[in-house]
Amino acid sequence: MNIETAGFGALVIVAIMALVTLATRWGGVYVMAFVPIGYRVKQFIGAMSGSVLVALLAPMALEGDTAARLALLTTAVTMLVLKKPLPAIAAGVLAAAAFRQFGL
Amino acid sequence: MHGINEELHRFDRYTVWAGFRTLVPISMFVVIFGAAFGLAATQAGLDDSIILAMSGLVFAGAAQFAALELWGSHVPLATLVVTVFAINARHLLMGATLYQWLQHLPRAKRYGVMLVASDANWALSMQAFGNRQPGMGLLLGGGIALWAAWVAGTWIGILFGGAIQDPRMLGLDMVMGCFLLAMVVGGEKNLRVLMIWTVAAGASLLAYRYLPENSHVVAGAVAGGIAGTVCPEKTREH
Repeated sequence: MNIETAGFGALVIVAIMALVTLATRWGGVYVMAFVPIGYRVKQFIGAMSGSVLVALLAPMALEGDTAARLALLTTAVTMLVLKKPLPAIAAGVLAAAAFRQFGL
Repeated sequence: MHGINEELHRFDRYTVWAGFRTLVPISMFVVIFGAAFGLAATQAGLDDSIILAMSGLVFAGAAQFAALELWGSHVPLATLVVTVFAINARHLLMGATLYQWLQHLPRAKRYGVMLVASDANWALSMQAFGNRQPGMGLLLGGGIALWAAWVAGTWIGILFGGAIQDPRMLGLDMVMGCFLLAMVVGGEKNLRVLMIWTVAAGASLLAYRYLPENSHVVAGAVAGGIAGTVCPEKTREH
């Protein structure tokens, strides 16, 4: 099912996002009142939260133009070296900008 | 519970205010991230009021950026729900780890403080509880500081976003991708995590090519989750 983003639809989308997020903020506490969350479930949740980001990024890196790939590469390397997200994001964006301004 | 721990869950306006002040420096960075989101959301074509409503009501950076990725004239509902749930699933673990202190609070307070639970204030409150200090003030007060910074930053981003003529030439279309990537790379890195990422990326790309549009997010998230269950951490719980 698709929701139109024009007019009222966008607000519905935000409301759905808010409810889903609220369910995650309350769900852990709620479930713990009945059964402790087990080791396997914790492993699944932990692995899934990182994987969803990777799943979003993979096609972006594969289908993106050279500037996009350069930006992602720069962010990854800067993040590995400095371990600080802000400079890493800034470096990636700058790399894309530089490539497009003076680009090939 | 041990007698001494029983008081740790208590909080009043003084500890909440102290928690708020503790998180103010980190919140300055959150303002910048919020601005990046506001900017990216403007480019994605969202109305200003919708962007502000999203930051105010959802208050979850990575999930909001991911939603922009799905944004078009229509948004696929099931994909959106699974994506937001999967990214925010770590909140489930936050609630679970805080439960031993939250359980002493009356229901309204217990769920009330969780409204503003996010990475930074959760980590600090867990640290405080671990050191046998009261942590609820950090969770609630710190959370309020982070929330206010996120909304204020978003608003700043919207103001800038409207003023920029050609965001693509400035590389600003990459803010979202670079943000998500920095979150991935900034996390734990070992052979197990690398294996999980590889499975997730592989499943995502296969689904991207062969399955219906937007199913790659779900495919990658589930495949990575299963990979993590099949190959559990060997050493310690967290």
